[in-house]
Amino acid sequence: MAKEKKTLNLNFGPQHPAAHGVLRLILQLDGEVVEKADPHIGLLHRGTEKLIENKTYIQAVPYFDRLDYVAPMNQEHAFALAIEKILKIEVPARAKYIRVIFCEIGRILSHILNVTTQAMDVGALTPTLWGFEEREKLMGFYERVSGSRLHANYFRAGGVHKDLPTGLEADIDEFCNKFPKIIDDLETLLTDNRIFKQRNVDIGIVSKQDALDYSFSGVMLRGSGVAWDLRRSQSYDCYDNLEFKIPVGRNGDCYDRYLCRIEEMRESVKIIKQCLKKIPKGPVKTEDGKISPPPKKELKQSMEALIHHFKLFTEGYRVEKDEIYTAVEAPKGEFGVYLISDGSSKPYKCKIRAPGFTHLQAMDYLIKGHMLADVPALLGSMDIVFGEVDR
Amino acid sequence: MNNLQDLEKFINSELTSKINNSFIKHDNMYITIDHDELIDVISFLKTNKKTKFRQLIEITAVDYPENENRFKIVYLLLSHEHNQRIIIDYSIKENDEISSLTSIFPSANWMEREVFDMYGINFKNHPDLRRILTDYGFVGHPLRKDFPLTGHNEVRYSEEQKKVIYEPVKLEQNYRNFDYESPWEGTKYIKEIKKS
Repeated sequence: MAKEKKTLNLNFGPQHPAAHGVLRLILQLDGEVVEKADPHIGLLHRGTEKLIENKTYIQAVPYFDRLDYVAPMNQEHAFALAIEKILKIEVPARAKYIRVIFCEIGRILSHILNVTTQAMDVGALTPTLWGFEEREKLMGFYERVSGSRLHANYFRAGGVHKDLPTGLEADIDEFCNKFPKIIDDLETLLTDNRIFKQRNVDIGIVSKQDALDYSFSGVMLRGSGVAWDLRRSQSYDCYDNLEFKIPVGRNGDCYDRYLCRIEEMRESVKIIKQCLKKIPKGPVKTEDGKISPPPKKELKQSMEALIHHFKLFTEGYRVEKDEIYTAVEAPKGEFGVYLISDGSSKPYKCKIRAPGFTHLQAMDYLIKGHMLADVPALLGSMDIVFGEVDR
Repeated sequence: MNNLQDLEKFINSELTSKINNSFIKHDNMYITIDHDELIDVISFLKTNKKTKFRQLIEITAVDYPENENRFKIVYLLLSHEHNQRIIIDYSIKENDEISSLTSIFPSANWMEREVFDMYGINFKNHPDLRRILTDYGFVGHPLRKDFPLTGHNEVRYSEEQKKVIYEPVKLEQNYRNFDYESPWEGTKYIKEIKKS
């Protein structure tokens, strides 16, 4: 009697700790080998793009925090740059440096979360505990500058909301001195760890061609040996004044992507240190009263300031008719905003290009032929956050 | 192609009949094409040595309900070699079917599914055209301008029926969309808008 081939359908998620959020993955298994993976996304869909179309440009900023919620300010950055390019606003130098400092803090936040939870998915608990202690300190910096640990709402078109509070620069500097030691400690736990290597080396290999075809960006692209970083190639704010290296992987497997992230954290620390040295004194947002609100003390005396304030927080500023795409190198890859303005104070269309969306799409292609236990390892190294995948 | 001006000239000379309009703005190149020429133009841009737009960044649509050609479809491509971006667009009528790019870029699959989900635009030869972001059994296309911001249905857990149920949206207060279009005298940019 011929043996009949039976495949098993397995429902992975939506409530699964290794799904990094609300991913429902329908796996077709032949024994323990995955034959097909069908990701069902959208369980965290909140209609961000529709909401932004109905809000003024100032009101739209907080929605960007809620996309990739482990590195909120990087998203705000793309939106701020888009408006600045359309309105041709000159951003003060100090604001540029502050934005770069906080984008790099965001990158460290995101990479710590990813590296340590990837380790947890393959069975190591300690890195998470060590890493999250550092995230807590970084979120403390977020809180001191913007008032909230996660949903910062801090970047504005034309600069940032407020100047750094007294003493913050020194504290960030102190963190930068201590943090490389923590990365070393994390590396002693993982880099040469036998179990970690067995679970990650040669898993989920992405070739250069696949990385291009599947629209990968960020670490997913660099892990496969393509040296492409928007901070360098299409530099924005003050990145062209700073020196940093772009770590590139060789094999394109989960382990190389882990190594890239570790190195990127070290580079981020260097960037922050350079910024702290070079940061000039001065204003932190454009002084054009039509774009940024007047200082509080002027409100009591100046009629013009009062009018500006009122108009900014009711109607908002208008953005002339234009169409633009701006992208930034977010921790997870190329985060872009395709903005169509129509001359009113609300965007006509705001398409958000999230890196995680295209990465997750390749799941089916990459996991084919791997074991079931490799699914969490690959998902972990893809760095998926559902806030941005589902929008 | 080292700079965008050369690229514009090159594309215009190679694809003369297929391109309706081209211009350079914000360090990007924008071109408008006929919608029948999509596959030709994109595969040319991807494979030609002088352009090498080998990465598809995004596909999206824009809804202009008052226009006869209601939807504008937009493709964003990136060339790593030449460090350039190109934005390709064309307009279609509401019920037009357009060609899928999945044969050229595998990553177009989900992007087209999203456009289908959000705008209800159908793609020819797409391997798996299902909804992607909205709920199972969802009706309507949320990013169309005539779709209400609040949606049609809301979901809650019913204690009586001991399950999650769908109900028509009930709002205590309607979403208030204030009209701020009163002219703000004395500013430059409003006068410029009025002139143009």
